[in-house]
Amino acid sequence: MAKIKSVEDLKKIKERIEQANQKMIENNNHQKLVEIKVAMATCGIASGARPVMDFLIAELPKRNIVARVKQTGCMGYCYAEPTLEITMPDEKPVVFGYVDLKKADEIIERFIKKGELVDGIIPINYELAT
Amino acid sequence: MSPKFKKSILVCNGSSCLQASKVNLIAEFQAKLKEYNLENEIQVVQSVCFNKCTLGPNIIIQPENVEYSTVTKEDIDDIIIIHLLNNKIVERLVYNQVYENSGSTKKQYRIALRNCGFINPEVIDDYIEKDGYAALAKCLTEFTPQEVTQQIIKSGLRGRGGGGFPTGVKWDITSKSVADQKYVVCNADEGDPGAFMDRSVLEGDPHSIIEAMAICGYCIGADKGIVYIRAEYPLAIKRLKIALDQAKEYGLLGEKLFGTNFNFDIDIKYGAGAFVCGEETALIHSMEGLRGEPTLKPPFPSVSGYLEKPTNVNNVETFANIPAIINKGADWFASIGTEKSKGTKVFALAGKINNVGLIEVPMGTTLREVIYDIGGGIRDGKKFKAVQTGGPSGGCLTEKHLDLPIDFDSLSAAGSMMGSGGMIVMDEDDCMVSMARFYLEFTVEESCGKCAPCRIGNKRLHEMLTKLCDDKGTLEDLDLLRNLSNVVKDTSLCGLGQTSPNPILSTMQNFYDEYHAHVVDHKCPSGQCKSFMRYYISEQNCIGCVVCARNCPVNAISGEKKQLHVIDQEICIKCGICMDKCKFDAITLN
Repeated sequence: MAKIKSVEDLKKIKERIEQANQKMIENNNHQKLVEIKVAMATCGIASGARPVMDFLIAELPKRNIVARVKQTGCMGYCYAEPTLEITMPDEKPVVFGYVDLKKADEIIERFIKKGELVDGIIPINYELAT
Repeated sequence: MSPKFKKSILVCNGSSCLQASKVNLIAEFQAKLKEYNLENEIQVVQSVCFNKCTLGPNIIIQPENVEYSTVTKEDIDDIIIIHLLNNKIVERLVYNQVYENSGSTKKQYRIALRNCGFINPEVIDDYIEKDGYAALAKCLTEFTPQEVTQQIIKSGLRGRGGGGFPTGVKWDITSKSVADQKYVVCNADEGDPGAFMDRSVLEGDPHSIIEAMAICGYCIGADKGIVYIRAEYPLAIKRLKIALDQAKEYGLLGEKLFGTNFNFDIDIKYGAGAFVCGEETALIHSMEGLRGEPTLKPPFPSVSGYLEKPTNVNNVETFANIPAIINKGADWFASIGTEKSKGTKVFALAGKINNVGLIEVPMGTTLREVIYDIGGGIRDGKKFKAVQTGGPSGGCLTEKHLDLPIDFDSLSAAGSMMGSGGMIVMDEDDCMVSMARFYLEFTVEESCGKCAPCRIGNKRLHEMLTKLCDDKGTLEDLDLLRNLSNVVKDTSLCGLGQTSPNPILSTMQNFYDEYHAHVVDHKCPSGQCKSFMRYYISEQNCIGCVVCARNCPVNAISGEKKQLHVIDQEICIKCGICMDKCKFDAITLN
């Protein structure tokens, strides 16, 4: 890895990341990927986020869904852990709470495959400073 | 793949919406949709709390994301006819308002938590994709250290660890100290019971701390940073270490950052979890390998700190705000919040509240909004009694403070403090005397023992509170309690002792009647103190089956077979086993 020695280098890395994302879409027949974020802070892991993430990583390819499953930090919904955020291509992210393996299965079958919403949605309740 | 349903109705299933709604809205909607033959086009979904609890019952219609509040059974027809069939808004049910502290329609506004839950904390590219390290690049290549410090001063950012000292001013003082070596220290020794803000930031967005520490180093002229983190946070430590390695690999830490002459590197030091080490002088001693004991200020760490070199100590959340301020500008940050407290504050909501969680609100948000709208109100529909802010150093706020806009100064004026952001909510079942005793137990345990007022005074305070809870208190004890609290507060060496009597003083101020009841009426009004409980056997129901006497672990119950049994109150330990075992409801609790 070449070290970042200037502001230009940092921009190049950002471009490289964006190109890699683009490449992934191209490899997926020019379709955007399903993005899944699993809240994996100490609290999430303690309430069982890890098996859910492992389940998603194992099951999605089996069910022919190309997705990027990513671990993140705390989303703030401690009372509803484990929580997932799913972004379907060109749609707004949807957050689900109380996700156990059964719920994860339901989310794959009903939300990801059919586009139906399932019980346990957490409406986004904050605005981000971006 | 087209969605089966054209629209979805999200119905809030939070407990306060359920209570506000007299009927099962989900079932009502489903039934009505059937009447209109829409059940195959529109889906009704149960949703987790919307954070608008005071306006409940709430629903959201998607995909257009229209929120309706105070929805009753009678509104369903209108919603279906006007909205679902004719695509118009039912105006009378819309309560979207714009909050003046942030200019947002949402109560929560995330600055410090902007990346938490969005990026993979173990992948630096995720952070760079979100403009990570752009603030550092900007500072190093476009501004002088003085210019950056001025920006931070202008933003009005105040220390988020509890003290509320203006961050930019602290940097300015440290930058003016002359020395061959200076240090930047990140205080991640989060020890308040019920607080988990710093842990969440480090676990969710460690790179922002690294970036901010480097910016601080540039401003004050330090090339060395140290994160002092408690060893009880293994995941935060692991992710921080990964982040440090990645930053070094990318050349974002090390020598000649961004081609300038600025060098910066960060080390980690572990704390053993002593509460007092959150105090900056004690923290510095602990880092030096000495006992974690505070020393008198001045000299301030900005002048003589770690290894007697000028040291700038800031809290995790303070640092987390820095890159956002640099990227978006000091004016933007200063536009959020109240006159003297700018920006947002992260709180860890805990206790008897429905939505326990990590929240970030603009300064100036009221306690009522935090507790009822974001927190979803009190669990099990109980009545709100008090909220403890600032942990063991803070005080309790009561119903009369609910409309208080939260900022550093308003909380101090109300006899509590901002603290690092723990917020513990208590309901009507909580006894305020036991609550004060709980916090004193904590400070007695955590006092380092260096100064007498804190070491001995807190111990005596705890004993007095225990006496009150054990039904052995007198009115003189109440006076003594107050006097000694003030002495400990005035004469202790560091912040720990200077604030440890706060839970007593504030509960005595707000709930003196409870203290009075413990001493004069020999009663615990909330029924939490066991010593005031009395188990009795009722004459009418007791058939003399001897089950209670046989099960009593201390043999406090006596009586012959088929005759009335009696509990000896002197021996009884109030375990309640007799009540559980009795099949005739003969045992009553008074």
